[in-house]
Amino acid sequence: MMVHPGPLTRKLIRDLWRIKGQAAAIGAVIAVGVMMLVMMTGLVASLGETRRAYYERYRLADVFAPVARAPQAVAAGLRQLPGVAAIQTRVAGSALIDLDGTALPIQARALSLPDYRSPALNTVYLTDGRMFDGERAGEVVILRSFALAHGLRPGDRISATMNGFRRELTVVGFAQSPEFLYSTAPGELVPDDARFAVLWMSRTALAAAYDMQGAFNEVLFALARGAEPEAVIAAADRLLDRYGATGAYALSNLESDRFISEEIGGLRRSAGSVPPVFLAVAAFLLYIVISRMVQSEREEIGLMKAFGYTNMEVGGHYFRMILAIAAGGALAGCLLGIAVGRWMVDLYLIYYKFPFLVFRLDPASFLVGFGVSILAASAGGLLVLRRVFALTPAVAMRAAQPPDYSGSGRFGAALDRVLDQPTRMVLRRLTRQPLRMGGAVLGVAAGLSVSVSMASILNSFDAMQALTFDVIDRSDLNVSFTQPLEMHSIHELKRLRGVIEVEPVRTVPAILRNGRERYHGAIFGLTAQPRLNRAVDADEQPIDMRPGGVFLSVGLARTLDISAGEMLSVDVREGRRPRLDLPVIAVAESLLGSPAYMEMEGLNRALKEPLRVSGAYLRVDAAQAEKLYQTLKDMPMVAGVSVKSDSLAALQRVMDQGAGAMRYVMALIAAVITFGVIYNAARVAQAERARDLASLRVLGFTSGEVGFVLLGELAAVTLLALPLGAALGYGLTFAIAAGFSTDIYQIRPVFSPESYGQAMGVVLAAALISGWLVKRDIDRADMVTALKTRE
Amino acid sequence: MPDSTYTTRNLRKIYGEGPAAVQALRGVSLEIPEGEIVVLLGPSGSGKSTLLNILGGLDRGTDGEVFFRDRDLAAMSDKELTRYRRDHVGFVFQFYNLMPSLTARENVELVTEISRDPMDPGAALALVGLDKRADHFPAQLSGGEQQRVAIARALAKQPDVLFCDEPTGALDSTTGRAVLHVLREVNEKMGTTVLIVTHAAAQAGMADRVIHFADGDVREVVVNTAKCSPDDIEW
Repeated sequence: MMVHPGPLTRKLIRDLWRIKGQAAAIGAVIAVGVMMLVMMTGLVASLGETRRAYYERYRLADVFAPVARAPQAVAAGLRQLPGVAAIQTRVAGSALIDLDGTALPIQARALSLPDYRSPALNTVYLTDGRMFDGERAGEVVILRSFALAHGLRPGDRISATMNGFRRELTVVGFAQSPEFLYSTAPGELVPDDARFAVLWMSRTALAAAYDMQGAFNEVLFALARGAEPEAVIAAADRLLDRYGATGAYALSNLESDRFISEEIGGLRRSAGSVPPVFLAVAAFLLYIVISRMVQSEREEIGLMKAFGYTNMEVGGHYFRMILAIAAGGALAGCLLGIAVGRWMVDLYLIYYKFPFLVFRLDPASFLVGFGVSILAASAGGLLVLRRVFALTPAVAMRAAQPPDYSGSGRFGAALDRVLDQPTRMVLRRLTRQPLRMGGAVLGVAAGLSVSVSMASILNSFDAMQALTFDVIDRSDLNVSFTQPLEMHSIHELKRLRGVIEVEPVRTVPAILRNGRERYHGAIFGLTAQPRLNRAVDADEQPIDMRPGGVFLSVGLARTLDISAGEMLSVDVREGRRPRLDLPVIAVAESLLGSPAYMEMEGLNRALKEPLRVSGAYLRVDAAQAEKLYQTLKDMPMVAGVSVKSDSLAALQRVMDQGAGAMRYVMALIAAVITFGVIYNAARVAQAERARDLASLRVLGFTSGEVGFVLLGELAAVTLLALPLGAALGYGLTFAIAAGFSTDIYQIRPVFSPESYGQAMGVVLAAALISGWLVKRDIDRADMVTALKTRE
Repeated sequence: MPDSTYTTRNLRKIYGEGPAAVQALRGVSLEIPEGEIVVLLGPSGSGKSTLLNILGGLDRGTDGEVFFRDRDLAAMSDKELTRYRRDHVGFVFQFYNLMPSLTARENVELVTEISRDPMDPGAALALVGLDKRADHFPAQLSGGEQQRVAIARALAKQPDVLFCDEPTGALDSTTGRAVLHVLREVNEKMGTTVLIVTHAAAQAGMADRVIHFADGDVREVVVNTAKCSPDDIEW
């Protein structure tokens, strides 16, 4: 059956075609908003749902309780704890892997799995090869990402140092585990597949390696439905205290889970805050453009009403136009959102080791995207409808009065002498409709502020890098010992060839508490005037370590809701495990991680372990580094060596892949919103004033002079928007920085002239292109035709 | 006989191309002497506005010659045409075409600012009897008042020629007559050539010369020896 569109539908299609440039610019603003909504909510759904499924399928524990050594018999009592559904004991230890071709030993975590059966909790997903044979002590399954990073294959042999003994192991398979969704080497925050490994071995083999026969040093709990992790943690801590419990913690405190939770939280916050800005701007633009159209078509509206079309029919026509633009933008946004979401998922898979991650289009986000854009557009549309309803046929058919500028103010005598008439025309137009001009200024400012704040946030990543790797940590190597050692081991390091400077450090794991707030971390004991690894204040000046208290990093102080002068409870989870109450002496600047510092001797005294060190920072001669690494590899007291340049390179990679791509996306988004606003403002101004402009041409004004009258308004809007957008961007940057700062990393806004310059450059470019497009039309316009049209 | 302000020879204007082409002017040849009031009379669509637009430098002919004094308008660049409009020509339109964002005085100043030898804007407004309403915006003026501001604006540059396209078309008889009075005064006191396009035959009574236009060409040129006052024109 042929469908013949009614006359109004045909008019709708032709009108849309006529304003296609403006419709496309508005549609693009809507599309960007909806794209971000669909992409972000889709990612939240994908990451959240995949994580849930992965955790569930591989039975990831809800609570982790490490101990020094507990006999296996204790397990029965743990299983009886209220709220516990299942437990799994295991042996865990740190190991060093020595691979041919790598200068330094690689830090690894060794975990036991039952010899012959699958564990009750924390099972692994075998991706390649096979499981180890419980009877063969030398077989190992390793973390897949590590294996791939080094090109290992099932059947390869590796050598690992466990508990001070070197062992030759055969890799029989690769695995992934929800416990290591996001994995970093101990003490590092950025993942580097090549520098961290997990070894899964049989319980018998690992118990032998770590002297844990008939015992365990970690227990995993699954909670019964509805059970509170806090209650189980408290009960487990009580039961395990005498076995050297270092403090049970919930899954949400597992490093891997914390990182992905932060990521999901950040996406969720962004999804709730960024798209509405775009949709509000789009609603404003639709209102301006369509109400302009109603104004210029008042005669047609009057005619239609005179023919007997109802208010609703006529209004509906303009409303449908708004809906068509909104729906078009929303549809494009949904499709873009799916495309970008898929691309982002691939990006996520580099850092988050899911066995699979499919971009799930959240049907709700599709609906929300559509619904919200239509609602926002309708808000603009309702105001337009009011105008349509107000036009009676008689009024509509009469020639419109010239717009009344009598309220737009005179200029004082002083200005009168200075201002020429074209300038007055520009100024009067700006002041006649302050709300509309304000809206345009605000819209452009919004585009600029998005651009400015994104540039500033990206700057702050660079600043974080500079502060962490140039100001705080000035060492080349960080060596950690297998256990706290006497101070003289430092002298041993000092004597090594190629070592220029050595600075001891004492690190103790501890739970820091302030009231209800608690944090599982460590205290770093530093020398009184550290030179290689320092605490710095907000001005990046080193803080001298004084005994008698603790220094907290900014992020940690915020997490614990504590400030200088207050008392902090510290449960040390090593050695005698004392509980200390220490005053917070000062808050130190730190952007990466959440360290707490003490003066080393003071810390050792509090622990009643004088002159102990657990590691050292080294400055070394680059020319002799390779040889030095070899020596360190063979020292039994060394648990791990991390090279600063490797950590820096890993961070740099993350920035280049993730943030680097975002830089361009954000610039594009800022350009879309700015262009949408300015282009539409220009087009509307041009349409409203076509006759004025033609009159000026007739009076003998050159096209350049006429261009000034029109584009002067745009220039004023743009120039007014620059300082406002810069100020908004400044505020927005702090809001974003606060929203995204966590105890893992703190974002400190860094404003640079370059980022402001770039952002303003984007705005000015959008303004110039809009101006050029409109100016081109002025030059082409036929004076005679413009004069004939009556408004 | 006085010198000619305008001379056209075989001036043609064709809109469109091929079978859809419309001949608006079919080879017009005429002379318009200096200092006269000339009325171009004809039904709508006869091509009179097209001729006025070409003489005023708003449009170009397709072929033929157009001279303003001894200058060939057809040979001028767009820039030169703009210069020509700025220096020599004043326009008054049916719908006034004032800038709504400028007061009456400022609308006049708009032109005096870019003219070589302008009148005082106040004097121009006084000439049309609107010196008291100089600080009003167009929206605060009646149609006749707006048209008088438009005339003051056109006069203020002391143009050689004043073009009026249906200047009274939107006005009632009283205000219309007032506007015509002003046009005659300008012609008499300043010697400005005034070219009025209209389809109201009665206005021909006040002209020195009446050019009858039909189907894109001049039908008849009548020299009026007994000019009447605008007050005597039938509306």
